[in-house]
Amino acid sequence: MVDIFIQQLLNGLIVGSIYALIALGYTMVYGIMQLINFAHGEIVMIGAMVTITCINVLLDAGVQLPGPLLLLAGLAMAIPVSMLLGFTIERVAYRPLRRAPRLAPLITAIGVSIVLQQAAMLIWGRNYRPFPSILPTEVHDFFGAAITDLQIAIIILAFVLMGGLFFLIEKTRLGRAMRATSQNPDVAGLMGVNINTVISMTFVIGSALGAVAGVMVAANYDQAHAYMGFMIGLKAFTAAVLGGIGNLWGAVIGGILLGIIESLGAGYLGDLTGGFLGSHYKDIFAFVVLIAVLIFRPSGLMGERVAERA
Amino acid sequence: MSALLEIRGIHKRFGGLHALNDVSLSINAGEIYGLIGPNGAGKTTLFNVLTGLYQPDEGAFTFNGKDLFRKKPYVVVESGIARTFQNIRLFANMTALENVMVGQHVRTRTGVIGAVLRHPKARAEEAGIKVRAQELLDYVGIGRRHDELARNLSYGDQRRLEIARALATKPTLLALDEPAAGMNPSETEGLKKLMEKVRADGVTILLIEHDVKLMMGLCDRIAVLDYGKKIAEGVPEAVKNDPRVIEAYLGVAPQ
Repeated sequence: MVDIFIQQLLNGLIVGSIYALIALGYTMVYGIMQLINFAHGEIVMIGAMVTITCINVLLDAGVQLPGPLLLLAGLAMAIPVSMLLGFTIERVAYRPLRRAPRLAPLITAIGVSIVLQQAAMLIWGRNYRPFPSILPTEVHDFFGAAITDLQIAIIILAFVLMGGLFFLIEKTRLGRAMRATSQNPDVAGLMGVNINTVISMTFVIGSALGAVAGVMVAANYDQAHAYMGFMIGLKAFTAAVLGGIGNLWGAVIGGILLGIIESLGAGYLGDLTGGFLGSHYKDIFAFVVLIAVLIFRPSGLMGERVAERA
Repeated sequence: MSALLEIRGIHKRFGGLHALNDVSLSINAGEIYGLIGPNGAGKTTLFNVLTGLYQPDEGAFTFNGKDLFRKKPYVVVESGIARTFQNIRLFANMTALENVMVGQHVRTRTGVIGAVLRHPKARAEEAGIKVRAQELLDYVGIGRRHDELARNLSYGDQRRLEIARALATKPTLLALDEPAAGMNPSETEGLKKLMEKVRADGVTILLIEHDVKLMMGLCDRIAVLDYGKKIAEGVPEAVKNDPRVIEAYLGVAPQ
């Protein structure tokens, strides 16, 4: 009983830090332009797909490199592709609707998401793509729980990236411009901030984090799929809402919390329901959480009451 | 004297409302120029079209010999016009210091790459931004509140912070929209001293204000707007006694 608790906590932390990285992409875009970018999940998926393709190409070409280096090469390909994609989506799909009623860009976002899913299916097919077996599978013992090198790397990398993002937002000129834009775009413009650049950068940074998260998911579950962006995107969105959408700390806390809730829930669901529901029902936890948050605390854990603008 | 800002024949319509009707003003370098008029006369609208928040329908703006008609807000700021707002619009969840640091955005350059790599030049610029922001807070008299979130500052201090943030863009023309609104007499007196100091440091001031006593004592020239039209312009004494101005504010005197 104790063993599975630690194991599930650890699994929750791993998947939670991935959710957090993706949730940051949602929350940054929401914070700046009050748009829920439903296409973000597809960016995550495309990051994963590009990495797998890149690694396979290298393997087919007979490149002899250690697994982690191959993975890095794949990442180095996937990140710019996702960044470019994020930039383009904003330019083509959202910018023309900047002054439109909020429902219009939201529906556009869903449309973009579908287009990307279908495009991915045309390129990569409709089957599961296995993640190449290039990484060590050796398992370490962590207080009775099992963890691989990859999982350790996922947790560390996720936290390093989040730290980097916080530094960027809190301590640099661009970050200040982003915060100013999110609080009042018109006034930020009057201070010389080019709003279009700030919004583009927000998409580019969020997409880079999304691509890394996509590779983490694919490597951790050993597969990727053209539809994977939908579920992972929805869960990360739930995490962002749980933390308080628009709030960066909220996204991190919401992501990790959701990962742990889901993982513990999946671990004990069989016991709790006397075997009626098994761990494959773990997805219900994310949405139970989403519904509960929307009912009891719509502004999220870290969110502020929305009554700021005069 | 040469005109620093030349506003010629500006029109702005909101549907059927003619908010600005052929407004022309000419503001000289180094003066404090007042803009008065009853509520709804179009004063703030003039600020908004000048600073690029609204698009004017017709007319021309020339500032320092440069065409500023229908330019984006950041272009207007870059060419040297800064403004404050009637209803205070600070970045409420950022500290006083950070608000002023954002104000310097237009005068600094370090991009993303520089910020990430932290090369020496980027670090030096960032440090410079911080020092300058603190100097500006000291200048407007709220230097000790630099770590306070803008929304937690007192009303008068928020007004001062807006001026500091506007000054951070290194303007040659500072446009102040009712800076004394809601201030008590001693705060207003302090504000007047601040504006005189700003002018003495070489910044031209365009000022919207309802406090007539303040305007009379402070402005070199005053223009009066009513229903979107300029109805008078001149030195304060002349404007005060202009029958059209009295009519606009008080209605027609019974015969």
